[in-house]
Amino acid sequence: MTDVTQASAAAKPRRKANPDPTSRNKARPRTAAEWILMVLAVLGALVIIFPVLLLLMNAFKSPTDYANSSPLDFPEALDFTGIQTFWEQQNFPRALWNSIFISTLVAVFAVILSVLNSFAIGIGRVKGRTWIVLLFLMANLVPQEMLFDPLFQLYDDLGLLSNPWSVIITFTVIQAAFGTYLLSSLLGTFPKEILEAAAMDGATRWRSLRSVIVPVIKPTLSVLMVFFFIWTWNEFLLPLAFLNSPDSLTVPLILEQLNGERQTDTTTLVAGTLISIIPTIIFFLIFQRTLTRGITAGAVK
Amino acid sequence: MTTTPTRRRTVSPADAARIPQRGGHKWGYWLYFIPGLLLMAAIIFYPIVRNVRLSFFHWRGGRAEEQFAGLENWTALFQDHEFLQSFQNIFLVIIAMVIVPTLLGLVIAALLFDVVGRRFGGKLSSFLRATYYIPQILPIAVAGVLFGWLLKPNSDGVVNQFLTTITGDEVTINWLGGSYGTAMASVMVLMIWIQIGYPIVIFMAALQRVDPELYEASELDGANWFERFRAITLPMIRPEVFVVSLTTTIAALKVFAPVFILTQGGPNKSTYVPSFYAYNEFINGQDKGYAATIATAVTIVVFIVAVIFIRVQSRAERKDA
Repeated sequence: MTDVTQASAAAKPRRKANPDPTSRNKARPRTAAEWILMVLAVLGALVIIFPVLLLLMNAFKSPTDYANSSPLDFPEALDFTGIQTFWEQQNFPRALWNSIFISTLVAVFAVILSVLNSFAIGIGRVKGRTWIVLLFLMANLVPQEMLFDPLFQLYDDLGLLSNPWSVIITFTVIQAAFGTYLLSSLLGTFPKEILEAAAMDGATRWRSLRSVIVPVIKPTLSVLMVFFFIWTWNEFLLPLAFLNSPDSLTVPLILEQLNGERQTDTTTLVAGTLISIIPTIIFFLIFQRTLTRGITAGAVK
Repeated sequence: MTTTPTRRRTVSPADAARIPQRGGHKWGYWLYFIPGLLLMAAIIFYPIVRNVRLSFFHWRGGRAEEQFAGLENWTALFQDHEFLQSFQNIFLVIIAMVIVPTLLGLVIAALLFDVVGRRFGGKLSSFLRATYYIPQILPIAVAGVLFGWLLKPNSDGVVNQFLTTITGDEVTINWLGGSYGTAMASVMVLMIWIQIGYPIVIFMAALQRVDPELYEASELDGANWFERFRAITLPMIRPEVFVVSLTTTIAALKVFAPVFILTQGGPNKSTYVPSFYAYNEFINGQDKGYAATIATAVTIVVFIVAVIFIRVQSRAERKDA
């Protein structure tokens, strides 16, 4: 994959020579075919976002309004019964806190673990490092149903069931696998002049890692952290298995529980779905740039 | 990646960065593996070893005794109708999570980059890209509940009401519980909806790498949009197409939440996928040894696919170099 980075590095100077390649193009009037293609792209995006819009239109209906109108109608009046029921009966604030607590700690711990592993692989270049990377990658590859039963018994013995730490420990290891993979190849190309200069100044390995390497790769680390946070937030199978007491559930879990109850009122369910989406949307809006950068970093390492 | 783009070119792997050794020995680096390897041993390797071993035993769970079963679980697996059905469904899942999103993603990314981005402005194309990406960041469980609401049976369902309005006739399809066809199709539509944003974002980032002059030159030569797509876009972003199909294929083999939320494997266990089957057997089954056998089988398949992909990739890289 090095050819990819080289290609991009080689393309950059040429692009600078012609700072705005679109300017010449824009002078030419848009053709009918281009208009049609643009409208198609917009329509496609509308189809994708349509289910979320439907949620928005129905979450604020009162139960009678919902029963008497089509889901495609706007609400007669803004009604917050569904949202209020979900918020209070399902203890949404508690689930929100659990999700934030678990995801934040996993993001921090997994980044630390990834840095330690990839330091030995990328900078230390220990023997058999390709195999060690693959070994760590197994954590990311292994299906979660393979882990579920033995870990359930392990956490049961340790008294960690329905305790957020069972999920935190597990996902720190799983996310760090991807971090180790990504950072190892990044550190493998770390400029050696910087490290030599640090060593000349008498820095030990630990000190070079902490005061030289980590500050330099900080942008990548923050991208990783955002990703680990979202991935952990969205996890389902293992949290479903480990977290059982009502107080320990995460956001996806309370929604799933509500969905499973037969007597659940539809407006409550719709309102609950909307509320469960809001934290992710807010997070997405804040970190949109970081995210786009990160998805690409993950693809072309 | 983002910090040292210019230096990357000059450093060849052979003389890559290393802290000069003075007094310290190289094995000192192994100390940095201690936390990682200890955690890996407890969280990943112990469960794998335990389940592989358990696949040769019958075990009811809890305090019951384990009984050695030899290969009984494994021979039973290949005659198990539900297991074979669940693997058959995986091919449909791969269509929904890998093939359709990658193909649609290629077309939409090229459309957003080449037409919308260059002719209608970058703002609109980034906005549309973000819109396509939104389902990717929703928790899959939440997306599943959303689709469950849309697909409710009889006249409660949003989709059914929508179809009733369009056709004029009363539509009361039981999408998720009625038949294998509609249930599996619903699960597949949910998967496509979730997955579509991922290839679009990656392919669009890859397209930025392509020299715009290439497009302009081919345009002057009279190449139309499709010809440019085939001659320039596709070859240039081949590495990304590869990475996207690798990661999504593995995700497809491990898929769980969409089936768990939407259909619970029904109707009549027809929409089982291996992950759901193993999970269900561990929780409700009589023999955890058999559940461990299913889980081990899935793990083996995932590892084989991963190894094949890594091999193909390194061979392709060597060819390029």
